[in-house]
Amino acid sequence: MTEEENVRQEPRETRKGPGFLGQAWLVLTLSICFGAGLAAVQAKLGPIIQKNKDNEMLSQYTLVPTAVKGRFLEGNKDVVEALDAGDKLVGYVVKGSGVGFADKVEVLIGLDGRAETITGIFVLSQKETPGLGDKITREPFLANFRGIPADGNLEVDKKGGTIVAVTSATVSSETVTYTVNRAVREFQKWLSTEKKE
Amino acid sequence: MAQEQPTPLERFIQGILPENPIYRQLLGMCPTLAVTSGMGSAMTMAGATAFVLICANLLVSIIRGLLQPHLRILVYTLSIATFVTIADRALAAYMYDMSKQLGPYIPLIIVNCLIICRCEVCGSKQGPAAALGDALGQSLGFALGLGSIAAFREILGEGLFFGFQTLPEAWPGWKIMIMPPGAFLTLGLLLGLVNHVSARRKAAGEAGN
Repeated sequence: MTEEENVRQEPRETRKGPGFLGQAWLVLTLSICFGAGLAAVQAKLGPIIQKNKDNEMLSQYTLVPTAVKGRFLEGNKDVVEALDAGDKLVGYVVKGSGVGFADKVEVLIGLDGRAETITGIFVLSQKETPGLGDKITREPFLANFRGIPADGNLEVDKKGGTIVAVTSATVSSETVTYTVNRAVREFQKWLSTEKKE
Repeated sequence: MAQEQPTPLERFIQGILPENPIYRQLLGMCPTLAVTSGMGSAMTMAGATAFVLICANLLVSIIRGLLQPHLRILVYTLSIATFVTIADRALAAYMYDMSKQLGPYIPLIIVNCLIICRCEVCGSKQGPAAALGDALGQSLGFALGLGSIAAFREILGEGLFFGFQTLPEAWPGWKIMIMPPGAFLTLGLLLGLVNHVSARRKAAGEAGN
């Protein structure tokens, strides 16, 4: 009797559950299928989304007063030429990006025809703290950058500069300020080399 | 065998009011408070959540026989994350401005407890018909909940409904309604109202017996 019981019990004790593959095959299969599906979605929708982003940037020709339309610089998706009704160049819209408090911050900067004055800025994308850091997308912070000289040396008021930072959002405000500085300096450098040619 | 499972039609009807995700189950509170400042964003969120809920529930229902107990949550989350990504990309492609307005809240649908709850309660236990009925009912209930709060907040906060002027221009607009405190206030008041009405109904029903 006992021997029979032992024999009957042994298989139950020594029987192993399915191994790693036996347990994980569903998760692995799903992962591969989902990955392929998402790649297909990205392939189809990626260009459309990029077009949306481009249109958004082009529509910011309004940062430059007297401009009525915008057009990308030849082969440069970071700069938009702002044109008036007669297709004359009246200014530029330059994209700059920097690392904010939370994630990347992208800013569009309006410049006059000679890149000597900043006519205004528009925050294209940010993931700063809602209610605090995200105030960089609104007035009165934006007004800091309207009609000021493009000297590339802007500084927040806490450090003795002219840009009034958003209360409790110094890092976000500094990010925008330094991003503007960097983008303006780079663009001015590029513009001077262009003019020489 | 176990007790009778609800039919697809019962699942559908339960989801709209009796088991309303917002007013009864109190799930998905984050989008409820965050995106209901206007009808447009509320309905977009409802639509995206509906898409994810239907697809996830159907998929889980189809593969329910293959689910391992200790890996099922992982499978739910994997599926939900994939469908949310598809919804997010589709919104960015075809409704770009709304996508920017909703911001991080579309990806946050992944952690909306409503969806994983329905997968666990219905999708993993019943066939595709019941799963579909459940998903449709819960989506409708979610849309109803979001819509009721958004209507309140948009009309009182700006005098608009879906962006159209509903109250006279003279309406000052209670700005607090559009801000987070307004969300909490509205949700609390409407939740209290729903509880009050259903308590009255229950008392009347018992009195009738």
